[in-house]
Amino acid sequence: MRALLALIAALLLWEALVRLTGLPPYLLPSPLAVGGALWTHRAEIAPAALLTGWETLLGLMLGAVLGVGTAVAMALWPRLGRALSPGLIVSQTIPVFALAPILTLWLGFGMAPKVAMVVLIVFVPVAQALYDGLMSPPSAQLDVARTMGASNWAELRHLRFPAALPRLASGLRLGAIYAPVGAVIGEWVGGARGLGALMIHANGRMRIDLMFAALFVVVALSLTLYTVIDRSLSRLLRARGF
Amino acid sequence: MRPTVSGEVPGLFGPLELVLEPGRLTCLLGASGVGKSTLLRLLAGLPTGVEFRGRVASQPAALMGQDPGLFSWLSAARNIGLGARLRGQRVDNARVAALIRAVGLEGLERRLPASLSGGQRQRVALARTLAEDRPLVLLDEPFSALDVALRLQIGDMAARLLAGRTVLMVTHDPAEAARLGDRILVMTPAGLTANPAPPGPVPRPHDAPEVLAAQAALTGRLLA
Repeated sequence: MRALLALIAALLLWEALVRLTGLPPYLLPSPLAVGGALWTHRAEIAPAALLTGWETLLGLMLGAVLGVGTAVAMALWPRLGRALSPGLIVSQTIPVFALAPILTLWLGFGMAPKVAMVVLIVFVPVAQALYDGLMSPPSAQLDVARTMGASNWAELRHLRFPAALPRLASGLRLGAIYAPVGAVIGEWVGGARGLGALMIHANGRMRIDLMFAALFVVVALSLTLYTVIDRSLSRLLRARGF
Repeated sequence: MRPTVSGEVPGLFGPLELVLEPGRLTCLLGASGVGKSTLLRLLAGLPTGVEFRGRVASQPAALMGQDPGLFSWLSAARNIGLGARLRGQRVDNARVAALIRAVGLEGLERRLPASLSGGQRQRVALARTLAEDRPLVLLDEPFSALDVALRLQIGDMAARLLAGRTVLMVTHDPAEAARLGDRILVMTPAGLTANPAPPGPVPRPHDAPEVLAAQAALTGRLLA
């Protein structure tokens, strides 16, 4: 409720600013103009949003699966873990949008490079968070499991993995926040369709109101995705006693 | 066999020998930080984080600590059957049910640990220790986080259910040692000394004159 009030206040301030300063709409359109653009271009925006959303979801799922697999492999083979662990951190310092043109070159102009972009963005936080969790199991439980004669695999499956689920959830939440950005960057660089491409074209034609409208849809998409994932993860964790 | 630790940890304790009597409950009493838990972890084959020089002769053990170490995502019953699950064996549900009755947790078997009280959690851990059916049972200050009444109640329950097994119970509570120990060893930085245990089978009544006398003597040893 307070967030909604703050949003309304910000929109009013923005509208007032545009009216008082008389800024031309190609520099800063008013919120009403953006709303208007959102409505008049709905036939253009809706399929673009659908495509971007689809790329995001696909990339998020693939990235999560890849991240979980990597973290589990790293925990199961400590040598691999020690070798890859610095790599995970280094890879986070790479500005991924610099890779977008190369991905387009490798994977073409279809959906693949956009999905790959999302995978790259989601993969690291998921793998990192889960690996950290797998490597720091609760100590009393670990002592119990070891005296019970659990194999490394049993220890991973029955203790380390379930105990790391809250960390995995944090990684997935982070991934969900960044995922739509990945898809938009992908479309921005090498795409004719999707919200990213729509924004680039609108910018080029000085249709800043349309650009803002698309931006608004990206934010709404991200928030919806995050909320759904956050809620379902919380519910799942609560049911498991966390 | 007699589970034995003989050796030293430089900077923690000098040369000493801990020998457990088969079928008896040995209480190892001492101040915090004197190395009691290190001896217990050596017997359990767990990492100690210190450099131990010496020899350990042990048996497959079941472990119960101050932190009950319950798996928070598993129900009470599944926690009790945990060992079999971890070893890839079939869980003996009839035995789990019998243990739940033995520790008085009927009706709570499907609860998650978070919805149990501290005393109930320790009883789940006790049942899990019994479910392991190992020749050696290692208890590391298992009741020290409980209030006095629960400590008496669950301590007595543990002593009764563990009768006939080789048990090492680490504690810093002289009253607990006097009530529950068939043998009582006091550990100080100077080493291990055996103290006479009060007469009578364990668990002994907490207010018997001999138990109170032994408690006072043990407290004196800790203060010395």
